[in-house]
Amino acid sequence: MNSEPILQTRNLSVTFGGLKALADLDFAVEKGEIVSVIGPNGAGKTTLFNLISAMTAPSSGDIRFEGSSILGLDPNQVTARGIARTFQNVRLFAKMTVLENVMVAQHCRTRQGVLGALLYTRAFRREEAEIRAYGHEVLSFFGSRLTGYRLDQPASVLSYANRRRLEIARAMATRPELILLDEPVAGMNPVESAQLTELIARLRDEWGLTVVLIEHDMSVVRDVSDRVVVLDHGETIAGGSYRDVSTDPAVIEAYLGRRAESP
Amino acid sequence: MTAVTDPTARAAGADNPGLGARPVGDQPWRRISGMVAIGALAQMFIALSGMPVGLDDRTIIEPVLSLGYLGLVWLPLLMGYRAGCEPVLEGMPVHAKGRREVVAGALVGIGAGASISILVLLLHNFDLRDPLVNWGPQLAEVLGFGRSPGFAVIIWIAIGAGGGAAAGSLHLVPSPIRRAVIAMAATVIGAAVIERVVTDLAGGLGLGTAADRLYAPRGGLSWPGAVALAAVSGIAAGSGRGRISRTRTRIQTLEGTTRTVTNAALVVAAGLVAVVLPLLVGKITNELLANVGMFVLLALGLNIVVGLAGILDLGYVAFYAVGGYTVAVLTASASPGIAPELPWLAALVGVVVMAVLTGLFIGAPVIRMRGDYLAIVTLGFGEIIRLLFLSDWLSGWFGGAQGITNIPGVQVFGLATVKGTDPRAVLYLVMVFCALAVYVSWRLERSRLGRAWMAIREDESVAEVMGVNTVNAKLLAFVVGAVLGSFSGAIFAAKVGSIFPSSFLILISIIILVVVIFGGMGNVVGVIAGAVVLVGVLGGPRQPGLLQELSEYKLLVYGALLVWMMIQRPEGLVPNVGRNRELHPDEFRQDAWLRGRASCGEHDKGANAADDSEARRR
Repeated sequence: MNSEPILQTRNLSVTFGGLKALADLDFAVEKGEIVSVIGPNGAGKTTLFNLISAMTAPSSGDIRFEGSSILGLDPNQVTARGIARTFQNVRLFAKMTVLENVMVAQHCRTRQGVLGALLYTRAFRREEAEIRAYGHEVLSFFGSRLTGYRLDQPASVLSYANRRRLEIARAMATRPELILLDEPVAGMNPVESAQLTELIARLRDEWGLTVVLIEHDMSVVRDVSDRVVVLDHGETIAGGSYRDVSTDPAVIEAYLGRRAESP
Repeated sequence: MTAVTDPTARAAGADNPGLGARPVGDQPWRRISGMVAIGALAQMFIALSGMPVGLDDRTIIEPVLSLGYLGLVWLPLLMGYRAGCEPVLEGMPVHAKGRREVVAGALVGIGAGASISILVLLLHNFDLRDPLVNWGPQLAEVLGFGRSPGFAVIIWIAIGAGGGAAAGSLHLVPSPIRRAVIAMAATVIGAAVIERVVTDLAGGLGLGTAADRLYAPRGGLSWPGAVALAAVSGIAAGSGRGRISRTRTRIQTLEGTTRTVTNAALVVAAGLVAVVLPLLVGKITNELLANVGMFVLLALGLNIVVGLAGILDLGYVAFYAVGGYTVAVLTASASPGIAPELPWLAALVGVVVMAVLTGLFIGAPVIRMRGDYLAIVTLGFGEIIRLLFLSDWLSGWFGGAQGITNIPGVQVFGLATVKGTDPRAVLYLVMVFCALAVYVSWRLERSRLGRAWMAIREDESVAEVMGVNTVNAKLLAFVVGAVLGSFSGAIFAAKVGSIFPSSFLILISIIILVVVIFGGMGNVVGVIAGAVVLVGVLGGPRQPGLLQELSEYKLLVYGALLVWMMIQRPEGLVPNVGRNRELHPDEFRQDAWLRGRASCGEHDKGANAADDSEARRR
């Protein structure tokens, strides 16, 4: 593809105290790609997500999304532009119901305010019905796991795997172009993570999303990624297909360490 | 009372593999001795706070029990019952209750009783009036039953032991009987507390003679009345197991048109009661209800800010003050600055405008902060607004410490005038605005904005990432809360007819917040119940409640109730159904234990437990 990538970072750096969490990172994602970001703990993967979703401000560099810079925007404006994310340590709205969780995520796509709600206008009722219907649609992406009686349960009572699914559903409900998944299968059993891998592929094929995921489970990375980017100490140390990356000596060194030189 | 006495927990316990009763000597001695010490100290504190003397005038049951003695008797009973309580975990073996629990109750009861006995002896032999102002013959008289100290010593120990043992033996009887006993006690005390309202209402309904039988001429329930009430409530509670909650579930699970019709019928019924009730009761009761209504209005407004959006606003009184002063300036002829002498309803437009402006003015700097910082800053702004009204700088507008007087009442389209001298009209006015506030809360909670508020309450950073403009949403919560609070102030100004900065002390903010927390945050019904119980029964900051005698100890009782509520029932009096499952420590333990067991079989749930315990550690 020759067109501009949907997401591109240029010389992106961020420093926490003296620690350089990301150092001059150049990272690009083409539209319709599924890119996995891997790397050892502390490599800066989640920091990269935090920078893209504007939860952290970079020290220098630029982030461009769909051809324009998103630097300096508030997180909600970034979401409105079309970037959604999930969290590594599941952060649902615990006391809101499953349905409410995906309804609130459509906030930036809807308009009704105080007056509409108080006067119970026709426009308000129509929008409310649309929000509800789209919420149902997003939840039914996960089969029957998040529908039925679970719709009205608070998110806090869901099982761990279902909370992960609801995180993804909530991100989908913001109607993004690009979705950032932070360890989507962490804590799932092999059968469940295989199912979720299929769903991630469907996110692109059926929903037309571009997907960037951080993942430690290499079978998921292998099965789903078009491209793998390896980070270590805030820098890209390798990139390419899963096969290339998995045999790259630099990657093996980053994960396993270097053999001690004999004196 | 606790998670342990919760019927569902009991039902779970019933399925557990049962074990026999433990021997009497096998007591949790550490716990028992702790409870004895707490009971003894608490009893001594209650006695020395002067409550027994101060509350002795209020009779609960003629001639045996006064509020003063009730204040000393309830503690051994409650602690005697608690001594036998144990957390029931689902699936864990449970020991049958036996004599052990009775003995534990008696021991704890003796602790509480003996401390009064010791106090009686000390009162008889020493004079410690210097540091302890309530030390004196009056206290000795009340605690000693007007007899010799030896007699009182024995009686108090006997009351403690007997009461504790009786409460402990409640564990042994079948649950319908236990429920019946608790219902009997609650009904008798409750009926004595609301005596004034009941006699007033009975008079209005033409049932004065029945009320005369129920209550003694000089106040308090009469003997036959108390027995009859206890019998009726006991039978009702013993036989009506869960009937109310079943009916509620049935109404909640109705669907389609039946549901709409039922809801409409309920609303109409509530409206009819609201219209008819003030006609049946007299001036004093109407005044009381109007005071409760003003606090309901304030609490509903604060509930949007604190309960829905999770912004801990400790300076809510500022909006109450702005409402009051706006009405005063716009309607009173004696207003020192401008005096347009508008009618109240026209001034209301000004109230809304001023409330919105103040909400934006206070909100804009405040909402960029979070948590504790935000609370402290709102506390400051609450005081700043009051001090501005008090200041010399603005006294040309607001009269400084002299305030603004001669505020006319509310002219309702020339039909009637609502003034403080006519509490019934004030009550109607308050109820109209309460209904408005309930409608606003109800509609907003189920709207895009209400969901955004709840998301902010749950996790502000995530709400922002999910596309909620948190600055705007929080500002709107502030403004909506400000407008509802200012309505209450506007009514206050018209009702009282004069307004001073000292009407808007920080204490009001605190009490409104306590009402919201006590009733149940984020829940309209809970907030109303909280206002009725706290302001109606105990009394507001200045307004006497049904227990007028308690006014001196009001804040003490408020504080004690709040602490107790935070420990035992953090979700409030009327919990927000289904949203608060994770608050009880017992449930935490149970969940962790269940997941631990499940992790042997299922990877998924094991990870779940690990994640949860990790989340809790943070």
